[in-house]
Amino acid sequence: MSEAVMESGVEAAGTRGVVEDWSRDKQVFGMPWGKAMMWIFLLSDTFIFSCFLVGYMTVRMSTTDPWPNPSEVFGLTMFGQSVPLLLIAIMTFVLITSSGTMALAVNMGYRKAKNKTFWLMVATAALGATFVGMQAFEWTKLITEGVRPWENPFGAAQFGASFFMITGFHGMHVSAGVIYLLVVAFRVKRGYYEKRGDNYEIVEIAGLYWHFVDLVWVFIFAFFYLW
Amino acid sequence: MADEGQQHPLRVYWIMWGALFGLSALSYWTDFWDDGPLRTAAILAFMMLKAGGIVMIFMHMGWERLALKIAILGPPVAILVLIWLMALEGAYVEDTRLEYYGESTMEPETPGHH
Repeated sequence: MSEAVMESGVEAAGTRGVVEDWSRDKQVFGMPWGKAMMWIFLLSDTFIFSCFLVGYMTVRMSTTDPWPNPSEVFGLTMFGQSVPLLLIAIMTFVLITSSGTMALAVNMGYRKAKNKTFWLMVATAALGATFVGMQAFEWTKLITEGVRPWENPFGAAQFGASFFMITGFHGMHVSAGVIYLLVVAFRVKRGYYEKRGDNYEIVEIAGLYWHFVDLVWVFIFAFFYLW
Repeated sequence: MADEGQQHPLRVYWIMWGALFGLSALSYWTDFWDDGPLRTAAILAFMMLKAGGIVMIFMHMGWERLALKIAILGPPVAILVLIWLMALEGAYVEDTRLEYYGESTMEPETPGHH
């Protein structure tokens, strides 16, 4: 650790920087504590979703019954033609669109463009709610067709358990995110963060959570729906 | 850096947004391919590209200091070990089931579209 660095205030980069961040007599992560804690929460959430997906892999590998074909199970009939996985593809695009509006909201937040930040966050929440609505439709469709956590007419019984557990937990994250985003959005609008002298970091922190939800969907889409 | 937060030109986000749409379209496209190693590789490649873009650009991890990158992106590598162990276990359980119960006699329905 060099005193020259401390005096000049210039942070070292690379591995030298890692050593200094951890060993210097200061906060390790140079960011608001809320942001560091959000990252650590998301790391733990990564393990939760990984355990679900690994569990799904294990039951799918170990069953001797044929696994239901997701392209057919999640297909929709449009204009007399059956399109594979259509609803899921639309849900994917809705979530990606919401990720974009969220990224812009974070950017506008740092520019202190209060109204733009508010409306972009509301748009993100609305897209998130749309996603959950489509998921409710998907669940209803499957339940009417006889898919249960313990059995289904299309193949291996483990399909239902994995499906309801994984998409249910993800949907719960999206729902919680919608509420979280709306709370932050209305506080931004009311000028709550300016009064506290914050730098709108909370918008970035909420954004981290929202992007994470989208990130998890990328893996669910690949492993559960496409595989 | 901590004081200004993560401020970047808007263009970066537009490009990333467009890339995510393109990659998602490609992912969906793989559903129309025939099953095989090529399709599996494509699913994984598009997934990793999307995930990398979201984490590095949208979540700004690319601009964070190495200390945070290691602290957050390092531990999930351990999941690879779990995947490996559970894949061994899954294959073993399937073998024992085939050994003791024989092939599946299930005759599943084809999903009908409503």
